[in-house]
Amino acid sequence: MPNLIALLTTPEAIYLATTLLYIFLIALPVLGAMAYLTWAERKVLGWMHLRHGPMHVGWFGLLQPIADAVKLMFKEPFVPGNASKIVFLLAPVMVFVPSLIAWAVMPFGPNPFTGEHMILADINLGVLYLLAVSSLSVYGILMAGWSSNSKYPFLGAVRSGAQMVSYEVSMGLIILSVILLAGSMNLNKIILAQQTVWFIIPAFPAFVMFVISILAECNRAPFDLPEAEAELVAGYNVEYGSMPFALFFLGEYIAMITMSAFTAILFLGGWLPPLDIMPFTLIPGFIWFILKIGVILFIMLWARATLPRFRYDQLMRLGWKIFLPASLIWLILTATAVKLLGNFGV
Amino acid sequence: MQEYFPILLFAAVGTFIAMVMLAIPMLVNPLRKTGTKLSTYECGFEEFDSPRKPFDVRFYLVAILFIVFDLEVAFLFPWAMALQDIPWYGFFSMMLFLIILTVGFVYEWKKGALEWE
Repeated sequence: MPNLIALLTTPEAIYLATTLLYIFLIALPVLGAMAYLTWAERKVLGWMHLRHGPMHVGWFGLLQPIADAVKLMFKEPFVPGNASKIVFLLAPVMVFVPSLIAWAVMPFGPNPFTGEHMILADINLGVLYLLAVSSLSVYGILMAGWSSNSKYPFLGAVRSGAQMVSYEVSMGLIILSVILLAGSMNLNKIILAQQTVWFIIPAFPAFVMFVISILAECNRAPFDLPEAEAELVAGYNVEYGSMPFALFFLGEYIAMITMSAFTAILFLGGWLPPLDIMPFTLIPGFIWFILKIGVILFIMLWARATLPRFRYDQLMRLGWKIFLPASLIWLILTATAVKLLGNFGV
Repeated sequence: MQEYFPILLFAAVGTFIAMVMLAIPMLVNPLRKTGTKLSTYECGFEEFDSPRKPFDVRFYLVAILFIVFDLEVAFLFPWAMALQDIPWYGFFSMMLFLIILTVGFVYEWKKGALEWE
């Protein structure tokens, strides 16, 4: 017994325990936010259609996400007979895990009590990590489409894969222009570089392109071709039900929140208050961060309520013929300006 | 490498959460397999033919183009980080590279590799 106590109080064990605690402190709010994002989506869409949205489960329909989760939990999780079973069951995990672990590098701003920066893994390649992890979920989607051994999932997965990689190139170039402005790939340093002015002001065209690109990257309307209900029924997840389906759903919605947070970090100053004066600085940084994420998420929902779906050729044309040249030109302009005038780095 | 350890741990926790979520319905619900239920979904019909059919080659083309341009982006990252420290020579070397890449891009545009009808 004393051995066990000694083992549990070694610095390594304490480090492990605190890290695990921090991970749950990040992961559980993210999962909760995802649950209420589905509620907010239906509510916002409802109001924009002059309907009420979810009303009956709980006050204002607030218990609706929980009811949905319980319903999915008690569905029969059968695997179609033709499917490749192992890949079929691994695919949802491959979508869910990357979108969740992107949150390991998110900077939540200074702790309101101690003043130290709240960030789980303060890596210097934060931007590259986010870009890499957010594009990993395309593997899960392709795995799902291939292993279902069915036509609609297959077509949905191929479309989805092509769409995600098309927009990733221009996303990468836009991110590069922000890196040039900030002079760092560390997410916290990018935020601190925006203390004088948020990058949305000097890089407004890049911001607009980035928001449109994240809509395409998350397979959201008006770019929800892979899930085109009218032609592909639901895309790559047709054959899924029960909790495996819920994992896809979780992964997609967490990816929406992640990309919104990424936009907030790159262009809206992350956890920085809008003005560095008294009433704004009283509010802790992470509240500002959450508010900014909420604004971007609202834009994503708004786009879904307002815009008709793109055709596939229009989608590819926008990605390759407009966004790619435009972001390349923007990158060259930014690089020239930064070389001549210096960057915002700290 | 110290700061990468929490990411590894986060990935382990995430995988654990996903596995638990996958396991719950398997444990609480009885599996009643029937032939129709297990058959491939095709809007109420019997499956017409195998889904393992050839698909449009343009998807493959997009994947190849993506590799070229993503490599270019990967190549630009260190340059973007070092831009303040390198002289104009370094700046224009990358511009030359981008011009060569643009020539290739214009070629594939004119060839119709980006056309979807």
